[in-house]
Amino acid sequence: MSKESTAGVIFSLPFIIGLIAFILVPMGMSLYYSFCDYNIISEPVFVGLDNYKKLFTGDEIFLTSLGITFRFALISVPLRLFFALAVAMILLKKTRMTGFYRATYYLPSIIGGSVAVSILWKRLFASDGVLNLLISGLGEPFTYSWLGNTSTAIWVLIILSVWQFGSSMLIFLASLKQIPTSLYEAAKVDGASRASQFCKITFPLLTPTLFFNLVMQTINGFLAFTQCYIITQGKPMNSTLFYTVYMYQQSFEYYHTGYGAAMAWVMLALIAMITWLLFGTKKFWVYDGGL
Amino acid sequence: MNKVRKTLPAAIYHIVVCFFGFVMIFPLVWMIMSSFKPTNTIFTTASQLIPETWELQNYVNGWKGFADISFGVFFGNSLFIATVATLGTVLSSSMVAFGFARCRFRGRGLLFVAMLLSMMLPAQVLMIPQYLWYQKLSWIGTYMPMIAPYFFAIQGFFIYLMVNFINGLPKELDEAAKIDGCSYAGIYAKIILPLTVPALITAGIFSFMWRWDDFLSALLYVNKSVMYPVSLALKLFCDPGSTSDFGAMFAMATLSIIPSVLIFIFLQRYLVEGISTSGLKG
Repeated sequence: MSKESTAGVIFSLPFIIGLIAFILVPMGMSLYYSFCDYNIISEPVFVGLDNYKKLFTGDEIFLTSLGITFRFALISVPLRLFFALAVAMILLKKTRMTGFYRATYYLPSIIGGSVAVSILWKRLFASDGVLNLLISGLGEPFTYSWLGNTSTAIWVLIILSVWQFGSSMLIFLASLKQIPTSLYEAAKVDGASRASQFCKITFPLLTPTLFFNLVMQTINGFLAFTQCYIITQGKPMNSTLFYTVYMYQQSFEYYHTGYGAAMAWVMLALIAMITWLLFGTKKFWVYDGGL
Repeated sequence: MNKVRKTLPAAIYHIVVCFFGFVMIFPLVWMIMSSFKPTNTIFTTASQLIPETWELQNYVNGWKGFADISFGVFFGNSLFIATVATLGTVLSSSMVAFGFARCRFRGRGLLFVAMLLSMMLPAQVLMIPQYLWYQKLSWIGTYMPMIAPYFFAIQGFFIYLMVNFINGLPKELDEAAKIDGCSYAGIYAKIILPLTVPALITAGIFSFMWRWDDFLSALLYVNKSVMYPVSLALKLFCDPGSTSDFGAMFAMATLSIIPSVLIFIFLQRYLVEGISTSGLKG
């Protein structure tokens, strides 16, 4: 081996070891356990496809949690991207305050994933929480239980997620700045309105960024855990039970570890499928030409 | 007249942006303000943002922690875990990135693809088998699961970030050093490492914030309360049966976001850089 390839292998060694020890071996193990009846304590017993069969035919809570997770992602991701793009367009305008404004809108996404924000959120929307007290301040005492009601509890989590649109906003701002001003100048000469400038120039040139954001946010949407685990624990009546939280409960609270492993593989397959579908739509709406 | 026509839209713009900006940060401001109010008045005066009397009693009460374990211990734990894991991930990722970017060797393409795929792989898929695996290694109940893996460059995002950064450095630097008889280790340590400091800082602050906020691994692997990091300790305030001292809870929650806020204030340039060039999640 040449000096160069020896060096290459040595420098890559941490990743090679890490890949095998912390990713490939655990993946292999979980694939095997997903075909087993296994509860951490006793030896795994091979049961074939039983876990997978039970997921789709004998477990209503699983199907409920799947539906809730889809609903959460389908509502929160588009809203988040909409706000990210709208605010990015507004804050593109250069004023003396722009830096400060951007920081303000972006701060929530820096700390939004923390436990601190989750417990704060729980107090904001409690029946004796801040929101209700603010509404009560307008007149009648108001004690609606946002978190206790099956129709509103999920929205508390959606609002928390949409609130963190800041990092997508920054990505949009970065690509908005790269659109050459000459395009807008030419459009102005041709008498194009602001609206048609947005539809014909800005939006098409942003579609690659939008696509990247859409894929990443959708994956993250499916994997949300902390907010749900701390704020609602899936309550009331499983109406906010996220897939990951149900998987955690099955694996570590009920010790259905083999079953949990099967859930993990179904999730991976779903994410792969959704990503693949999104890539399939790419050629219809994502601009891939040069400038 | 002309001046009015110009300043009026600008004023409306600023008022609207300020109003919505205030709505955005209102929850946080409310939490910080409430942490200085006497705990029994927090909800009776919820609509009043500024405390009538400022007091630090909540911080004193909160700092006492739970069952004779001061919150200082939890902060120390979080600081330890986040710092060591960050050092590990930054160093190992930077080494691997150098190998990927500057050395040609068999299997490099395959490893690069494996790295890209690992970026898409959700940690939750590995949660169960990793737990069993760490159980076999007798790591449960120690900090090992939250530290050791990071020394093996398992966060593909950071490798990717650094490979891109190193690719932007002129290759002539390496060539010149090679002619002068410098080894690959020398090129890495003397040329590449110092030049990639901005990328190392970007990766470092993201890693630190993620490790600091990490809740799921602490929930899985730490079982003695004296070893709890802040994220897990804060959750104790929410548990049913805990004496709901909301003042103390908001005080400690406020302290727990200080590291991220400090990073946000002083290292914002690197945060923005990381998010807008590599799509790192903020």
